[in-house]
Amino acid sequence: MNAKNHRLSDFLTWASAIAMIVALYLVFVYAPTERTMGDMQRIFYFHVSTAWVGFFAFFVTLVASIAYLWKGTRRWDIVALSSVEVGVTFMTMAIISGSIWAKVAWNVWWTWDPRLTTSTILWLIYVSYLMLRNAIDEEGRRARFAAVHGIVGFVSVPITFMAIRWWRTIHPVILESEGFSLATPMLITLLFCIATFTLLYFTLLVYRVRLEQLTDEVEQLKHKLGR
Amino acid sequence: MGNLVYLFAAYAVFWALTFAFVLRIARRQKGLQREIESLKRTLIRKLVDS
Repeated sequence: MNAKNHRLSDFLTWASAIAMIVALYLVFVYAPTERTMGDMQRIFYFHVSTAWVGFFAFFVTLVASIAYLWKGTRRWDIVALSSVEVGVTFMTMAIISGSIWAKVAWNVWWTWDPRLTTSTILWLIYVSYLMLRNAIDEEGRRARFAAVHGIVGFVSVPITFMAIRWWRTIHPVILESEGFSLATPMLITLLFCIATFTLLYFTLLVYRVRLEQLTDEVEQLKHKLGR
Repeated sequence: MGNLVYLFAAYAVFWALTFAFVLRIARRQKGLQREIESLKRTLIRKLVDS
């Protein structure tokens, strides 16, 4: 890792850690207890933030996939792959935390509500992206197929986001056309958590990209040695 | 109190997955760096021998 990249990853790591401590303070101390759900509502801040990072990560994959098909440089393929891995991890968190919340709010672990269904489909689409990459050996072909998958798969993101507005659902709508339907301290906490998780996303992305670059370095050295 | 268990579970899932992701990257990075060093040493030996 060169000195500039090292400084960037160090800065992102420390910034994420500090922001996370502040986020936890806001969630558990600053934010008021919700009247109906009580302390359980505090899941909401991390649940929404992890879902946001999932959507954002898949958007980055869309951009990187378009850039790869346009420029054909390995760098964009690495960004697309790394972003999907981080995105799938955060979507997994969002789905599991949503399921836990559903148990308390609706008394079921799972229901085939439009938001839950579209989120699961979204998750499966990007898990299949990772499986597709593992199934193809030839590097150029793998990158092209993955880029197309990354572009087409993104269609599921706006559908998942809009599902609670288009279809009848029991999932709450936080962001309405008039703005957020939240008390100010809760809104501040939510926005801070979203910013923190976005920062954490970039931190993990930088480390994951670096890992793929190291893999390429190993392949190049093996090639030089004729292995 | 019952509901707090669910709150704890949700946050535990978040931390567990985050640490698992970071740990996986760290372990793979360590392994790759070791492999790079070993390959570089082999390459230098090969160049010296030839």
